[in-house]
Amino acid sequence: MIHISKRVDFTLFKGKAAGLNRYVGWGVRLIAVLLSLVVSGLIIFAITRLNPLKVYGVMANGVFGTPRRTWAWLRDLALLLCISVGLAPAFKMRFWNIGAEGQVLVGGLATAACMIFLGGSSIPSVPLLILMAFAAMAAGAAWGVVPAVFKARWNTNETLFTLMMNYIAIQLTLFFIPKWEHPKGSNTVGLINAVTNRGWITPIVSADAISKMDQNAWTTQLIRNTVGQSYFINVLIVAAITVGMYFYLCRSKHGYEIAVVGQSENTARYAAMNVKKVIIRSMTLSGAICGLGGFLAVAGADHTISTATAGGRGFVAIIVAWLARFNTFVMVLISAMLVFLEKGAIAIASEFSLSNDVSNIITGIILLFILGSEFFINYEIKFSKRSGKGA
Amino acid sequence: MNQVLTQIITLITTAISFGTVIMYGSLGEILTEKSGHLNLGVPGIMYLGGIGGLIGSFIYEMNAASPSPALCLIIALLSAVACSVLGGLIYSFLTITLRANQNVTGLTITILGSGAANFFGGSLSKLAGGVGQISVAVTSSAFRATQHLTDGLGAVDTLLFNYGFMVYLALLIAILMSLFLNRTSKGLNLRAVGENPATADAAGINVTRYKYLATCTGAAISGLGGLYYVMDYINGTWANDGNIEALGWLAVALVIFATWKPLRAIWGAFLFGALYWLYNYIPGLSRSSQQIFKMLPYVVTIIVLITVSLRHKKEDQPPSSLGLSYFREDR
Amino acid sequence: MLPAGGFAPPGICTLKEGMGLENISKVAPPEETAAAAERVPAVRMEGITKTFGPVTANDNVSLDIYNGEILSLLGENGSGKTTLMNMLSGIYYPDAGTISVNGKPVSIRSPKDAFDLHIGMIHQHFKLVNVLTAAENIILGLNEKFRLDLKGVRRSVAEICERYGFEIDPDKKVYDMSVSEKQTLEIVKVLYRGADILILDEPTAVLTPQETQRLFGVMRNMKADGKSIVIITHKLHEVMAISDRVAVLRKGAFVGSIATKDTDPQQLTDMMVGHAVTLNIDRPEPVNIRKCLEVENLSVVDIEGVTKLDSVSFTAYGGEILGVAGVSGSGQKELLEVIAGLQPARPGSSVIYTDMEGRTSSLLGKTPMEIKKLGVHLAFVPEDRLGMGLVGDLDIADNMLIRTYTDGSSMFVDMKKPRRLAEEIVHDFEVVTPGITTPVRKLSGGNVQKVLVGREISGKPSLLMSAYAVRGLDINTSYTIYRLMNEQKQRGAAVIYVGEDLDVLLELCDRILVLCAGKVSGIVDGRNTTKEQVGLMMTHLGLPEEAAE
Repeated sequence: MIHISKRVDFTLFKGKAAGLNRYVGWGVRLIAVLLSLVVSGLIIFAITRLNPLKVYGVMANGVFGTPRRTWAWLRDLALLLCISVGLAPAFKMRFWNIGAEGQVLVGGLATAACMIFLGGSSIPSVPLLILMAFAAMAAGAAWGVVPAVFKARWNTNETLFTLMMNYIAIQLTLFFIPKWEHPKGSNTVGLINAVTNRGWITPIVSADAISKMDQNAWTTQLIRNTVGQSYFINVLIVAAITVGMYFYLCRSKHGYEIAVVGQSENTARYAAMNVKKVIIRSMTLSGAICGLGGFLAVAGADHTISTATAGGRGFVAIIVAWLARFNTFVMVLISAMLVFLEKGAIAIASEFSLSNDVSNIITGIILLFILGSEFFINYEIKFSKRSGKGA
Repeated sequence: MNQVLTQIITLITTAISFGTVIMYGSLGEILTEKSGHLNLGVPGIMYLGGIGGLIGSFIYEMNAASPSPALCLIIALLSAVACSVLGGLIYSFLTITLRANQNVTGLTITILGSGAANFFGGSLSKLAGGVGQISVAVTSSAFRATQHLTDGLGAVDTLLFNYGFMVYLALLIAILMSLFLNRTSKGLNLRAVGENPATADAAGINVTRYKYLATCTGAAISGLGGLYYVMDYINGTWANDGNIEALGWLAVALVIFATWKPLRAIWGAFLFGALYWLYNYIPGLSRSSQQIFKMLPYVVTIIVLITVSLRHKKEDQPPSSLGLSYFREDR
Repeated sequence: MLPAGGFAPPGICTLKEGMGLENISKVAPPEETAAAAERVPAVRMEGITKTFGPVTANDNVSLDIYNGEILSLLGENGSGKTTLMNMLSGIYYPDAGTISVNGKPVSIRSPKDAFDLHIGMIHQHFKLVNVLTAAENIILGLNEKFRLDLKGVRRSVAEICERYGFEIDPDKKVYDMSVSEKQTLEIVKVLYRGADILILDEPTAVLTPQETQRLFGVMRNMKADGKSIVIITHKLHEVMAISDRVAVLRKGAFVGSIATKDTDPQQLTDMMVGHAVTLNIDRPEPVNIRKCLEVENLSVVDIEGVTKLDSVSFTAYGGEILGVAGVSGSGQKELLEVIAGLQPARPGSSVIYTDMEGRTSSLLGKTPMEIKKLGVHLAFVPEDRLGMGLVGDLDIADNMLIRTYTDGSSMFVDMKKPRRLAEEIVHDFEVVTPGITTPVRKLSGGNVQKVLVGREISGKPSLLMSAYAVRGLDINTSYTIYRLMNEQKQRGAAVIYVGEDLDVLLELCDRILVLCAGKVSGIVDGRNTTKEQVGLMMTHLGLPEEAAE
């Protein structure tokens, strides 16, 4: 007979595993990741007949081979992390926000709209960027708050509602693309403000300024590879949000309310909380941060808008947020790993002229292994020779 | 006048072909959800079904001197079902046995399925020695073969008999599923499992077995949607354009629209198809405003979702235990 | 439900022997001596023992059930009645003892095994699928034919209904049914599956008097048909009205069985509650009594339209403990939740709170937050400890925050104070825990309750309400809780103590409010009322003659 019982070693508000479980948890996850790497190695071997170890070498080189590649990794990591962090308050409240993809997209749309319509205005760059960021957050928040209101008021199924909102966002994007297309007839928006770079997130220290510095000094190198990079600001913003969200969820009064509402509405009412208000407020925040993700994608990376702006990250982020158990620092690790795999797989694909989609296969396999491993963390399995019913 | 009629007929036939893809997807998902499992991996499973069928018939057509259409059909169907059931099995094992979260597992299946399908779809010809664009002409024409009853029925003939056999198969599955759920004792047991697994368990129903069977059979049916899309809708080729994923989500929407009833999924699917392609038949639309029309199926679904939660009509609610893992507590 | 306080250890509990219960058989019914040879019991349970962790729910219980009789299984809440019957219906498996059906020893490991032995139980929580019809629920899981033969079911159901006098519409959906219809459906379901031994767990708790009468009629018809029926109950008048024989359990042990015609409610009460047990709970004299809470004409109707409280009026005073007695579901939960602002009351009700300075304010229609802002120091230890009072997945320190997290103007929570409080509580009340960062779900029941009560009294309440505060706790923890209640009383707080153990209520409380089916049956003085009087008031509305004097 096998006995399965739930393990409870996780303290929700502070988001920490307590006691022995912390080590068990990390051990189990590590084994899962290793196993999944072996399995994906075998699959790559089966397809390409390449030595799996060599494959992982190619991947590492593809991601960290040059500072430029590393920065691309950091950029994608920041975006995925931003969305995951945005989902954290919703998920901690047990509100299934499957609509991150759409919230990112409308955030990107709002950003692109600002870039297009205010690009020619006299607003200085920094206020323009701030304005764009707020527009993106407002759009994302609006996308998130609609299902929340219906959930709070009529208990409308939020999983399906937010899922549908994604496609409304996609169609909305497709509505605007022909209006903003450049060049005419391409059915793409093209680089927005390609000449003026208005509304682009630019390096804090420009390339011009760096070129005037002493090229041999190590400080110049340092500046070039940090604040001289345009993605530096993306990373900075997301780092701030990640830290901020950690303290918001694990230390603030709002975070406490989210934890209690997610566990038991009865207790929340007992504790004199306004459950509806908490749901709506948290989803506004969740949507706003996902919207900000759209801002980072458009103003800080792509400088254009398309239906691929979110690129499925809204869905991957759901898995990241869930696996990290709402702990934003754990999300950093998981997103770093996933983006590494994605970039690495693309490197393999181009090296051996395979399709880029191999990255999704590897991501999928790893996630399935980690998801499966959660069972061994959440449940305690005891084997016994004989057991009476109901004992 | 005649032109208007022709246009209407074209719209209806387009809607039926298009609707069939999502009908398969949502029929499979209805069966799955009836067991209390929300599988957000439908798009991935449809991908797996499509690519499975394509690979199977591709290998056969490559190796056979003169491929037999009947064998083509069987091989395509079997390999499509095998691949989609594999996806369903992974999902079932994780959510039923390992009690992983259903939403997250489903999304992962979608990522994996779309990755695998597009990878093989893109690499298939290269792996097979670079024959260029893959095409499984024999299989595709077998799938697309139509059986016109008589000549001279004109419009009626076009409307009713102008489709490959999988369109009729979808209707048949929908009717059989409806009969199964409402008229058989096994169907009753399945509904009880999705509504209240603890009660079903107490009544002596093997909850785990029902969940596994429903989820895997559901995956097989959803997978047929991918197969129909690949073999019939796009003539036996592969397009890495994300269409199957979009259709998969539309299938999830259709489940809600049909309020978990297979028969409602039939006309719901055709309605979704008509709404989606309506823009083609409305003169004077810009490229932009066409997209607003394509939004309609989703908007309609949201309206249905809200209405269902407002009206609280018990027959239209999702299965009560949808999304929750069942764990018989030890005392 | 488990006995409050478990078993009193020797020395504290003194059970007096031989109190005029000579006609009670300890083993078998009296008729058996006459007809022993020919009457093989339909079910014989011998030496049944069942424990849940540290608590013994059934201790060496032996019970016979005969064909064609209605047997009442009588006992207070937590006396182990349901547990005993759950072992017949396959929900639990006994730790020790044997069960024989029609003279053959059997092993019942699942509800299906029980069905195969023709034993069917109608639980208090109905096991029905809401969206299915009556007929569909009846044949669920039977798989008689592949094609769903609802016609055949309808026919059989009509037959059963006619034979026993049920009324049931086979095509009605369960969600459209009243509680009584659902219960009828459960009985028909069990009969359809061929049950000859029917166990009904407190079937009348949810029924109106008219529905109860109808149920009794049906039960008599079933008895006439040769079925054995066990009715679990704690309502004496029903025992007298329906049963042929009564078996009494007290605190998990078998007290005896007796033919109904040979007994009376007084004797059954004695058997059920036992004799006054001296618990030696302190009861300091109330001092500085002041009016704290005045409840007037309070009525509550739940979402389904069932009246839970009916014109309840009483006053709770600071400096005394007001006990609330009543069989479970008499409106205790609603009473406390209305006062705490968690449930709405009917118009015309009034709950007036008077603070230390004599200012009055109405608590009705206010949210918990508004009540808190009025400056009412209200402490509430709810029945559902982990579902309402505490959050199982939060650690001890974080659970301290439930009452105080809004304190201060910072957007962040003060983490130091709750940690200090948690440490104090763990230290003062000897909470057994690896540390204050352990989720409370991991703690044992007694330790959970210490954490909850500790937090609630740490707010220096002016009004302390507790529901079943010692349920499932060991004797030492129970005494700790009594001591804490007394401390609060002496501090000047008004304490409302909802309890189920009459011995405790009578020794701890100054006054006892007795509820019966949502109405006030009476308010008695804890110092000069007997257990029997309270017991009778719980089941009969109104004060018994002796207590009224």
